[in-house]
Amino acid sequence: MNRKKLILNLYKKVYLIRTAEELIIKHYDNNEMKTPMHMSMGEEAIVSGVYTALGQNSLTFGTYRSHGLYLAATEETDKFFAEMLGKVTGVLKGKGGSMHLLSPNDGLLGISAVVGSTIPLAVGAAFAGVYLKKKQIVTVFFGDGAVDEGVFWESLNIACLKRLPVLFVCEDNGFAVHNPPILRRGYKNLVNIIKQYYISVFEKETTDAEQIYNLTLQAINSIKKDHMPAFLHLKYYRYLEHVGVHEDFNAGYRNKKEFIGWQKKDPVKLLRGKLKRIKVSDIEILKLEKRIDKQVNESFQKAIDAPFPDSYELLKNTFYE
Amino acid sequence: MNKKVSYRDAINQALHQEMERDNSIFIYGIDVADHKRIFGSTAGLMEKFGPKRVFSTPLSEEALLGFGLGAAICGLRPINVHMRVDFLLLAINQLVNMVASYRYGSDGKLQVPLVIRAIIGKGWGQSYQHSKSLQSFFAHIPGLKVVMPTTPADAKGLLISAIRDNNPVVVLEHRMLYDVEDEVPIEPIPTTIGKGQILKTGKDITIVATSYSAVEAIKASEVLEKQGISVEVVDPRSIFPLDEELIIKSVEKTRNLIIADYDWIFCGFSAELATRIYDKLSHKLKSQITRLGFAHTHCPSCRPLENEFYTDAIKLIRAVEQKLKLAKMDLSQETFYSYENKFRGPF
Ligand SMILES: Cc1ncc(C[n+]2csc(CCOP(=O)(O)OP(=O)(O)O)c2C)c(N)n1
Repeated sequence: MNRKKLILNLYKKVYLIRTAEELIIKHYDNNEMKTPMHMSMGEEAIVSGVYTALGQNSLTFGTYRSHGLYLAATEETDKFFAEMLGKVTGVLKGKGGSMHLLSPNDGLLGISAVVGSTIPLAVGAAFAGVYLKKKQIVTVFFGDGAVDEGVFWESLNIACLKRLPVLFVCEDNGFAVHNPPILRRGYKNLVNIIKQYYISVFEKETTDAEQIYNLTLQAINSIKKDHMPAFLHLKYYRYLEHVGVHEDFNAGYRNKKEFIGWQKKDPVKLLRGKLKRIKVSDIEILKLEKRIDKQVNESFQKAIDAPFPDSYELLKNTFYE
Repeated sequence: MNKKVSYRDAINQALHQEMERDNSIFIYGIDVADHKRIFGSTAGLMEKFGPKRVFSTPLSEEALLGFGLGAAICGLRPINVHMRVDFLLLAINQLVNMVASYRYGSDGKLQVPLVIRAIIGKGWGQSYQHSKSLQSFFAHIPGLKVVMPTTPADAKGLLISAIRDNNPVVVLEHRMLYDVEDEVPIEPIPTTIGKGQILKTGKDITIVATSYSAVEAIKASEVLEKQGISVEVVDPRSIFPLDEELIIKSVEKTRNLIIADYDWIFCGFSAELATRIYDKLSHKLKSQITRLGFAHTHCPSCRPLENEFYTDAIKLIRAVEQKLKLAKMDLSQETFYSYENKFRGPF
């Protein structure tokens, strides 16, 4: 991919995620989207950068902080908004809500609202890929809180023991709900521990999707070359409260000054600046943004207009029949 | 064509035949490929299918069930084995939050052809963390099928069906049944999941008995026969889906019902079944439904207390006597099963 095209692609994703979430923020308090939302605002560079690097044929799992990952994977918003509103045209026909998005056609095989629960699925999916000779890398996104769960360590151990092509992506926003690692961890340094496993470890603190894209390519190459998993540790700042659409700087557990620092390098603004520096014209950028604004607004309206599912949907797909 | 084989070997045959038929089946769990081979039930698989399809694992029950789920939605047919059901409890998050709901949560786009084999322990001091059965608990969860083979033929047939099913199936095998020998089809013939079986026909009273309780029920029925009491023993085989029709038919005929579930009573399968029978047949019953099961406590280690904990043939005989208002039989001349003289059952 040439650089201009790459950055345009990345920008398309980060801008889409940001715009879709801004629309949610605008409407959420109307109480029509009755689903607990864990907003992605602040992590756009990670999901966009990693997803773009993965390319076709890869599989992904994620968490309830799902909007960014879903939109980066699919770039569609019709089903997305319909799901937020619980409509029959939604991703899960209104049965899942914000915490249960997936798109098997785009390789996004599932997210879970129970912290850490998709991590072993990624390891099993990678095993299936090797078993069926698919040359496939499976990526799993999770937060720094998920690392406190036993299942993370069990899964890491199995992936490393079997040298499976798994890319672990820890999106570290420094909090599990409101608790920083210092209140949760009886050890000094996560990455140093991970390095003891048969795995390649990469870490970065950046809001630049292009850098994350490049780092992910390195990780993918290491998986292929060294025949073992890779671990990406990426820092970001969660702009909004843990769940919900508002700021929570007055809650006392974190400081707005920190936020202002991160905002200066906001992932969307940063990429937009890059586009300008590589001489993409204002007109071209605006055209792209307008197109996405239009897509998002139209999708939202369609979702508002769509019906709720019929009652027969209730039991459907409880079993394979 | 049938051949007399043990429950253990029947399971083993099912695994060999199915794995030969379908390359996407793999089997894994603690001890699966070690020399003891899950009490012999996975014998020969490693040699025949190799370490890719047959392997022992780290002690990581939760991750390994999630691993199976991940593999299942990606085209494989995993069989996850637990030497005791009690150990499967470490994977309850995966089982209940993930495995059971995965198809629902994909709007039917993904399927979960996953088998969980778990063994129920009993006797010889197994005590309270090696003896649970938990079928009521598993069957409570929508999205899971739960089967409990009693006979060697069903151990084979139900496992074959479980493997071929595109839903997650929990197969609860009873350790005490492993040595039981009986006629088993040589060919891989599936036993339909959701079809019960009449183990013994009778006309005076129906005993619905699950897993090892069915063995005790058969023994009780043989003793009672000498008194001219004809007991029908029904083995549901599958807890979910349940063959209600078969049980209703039997109770319509005998109009007396004892449910001898191999589990705790409170909030259990026996309560579920009793309610269903009352709903359909309350006007026809000659007596109240009697429910027997584990005592509402934890399974003790020593033999005298363990005897109190479980329902056995003697307790069943006493229950039948009470229901049918019979005089108490003298059982001093009867011999009952006991693991001390290694079970050789009627199947
Ligand atoms: C197993 C489990 N325990 C607790 C919760 C409640 N909970 C939801 S999110 C969360 C914090 C997770 O933090 P992290 O993994 O860092 O992800 P983040 O929310 O920061 O993206 C908790 C404790 C849960 N959903 N699942």
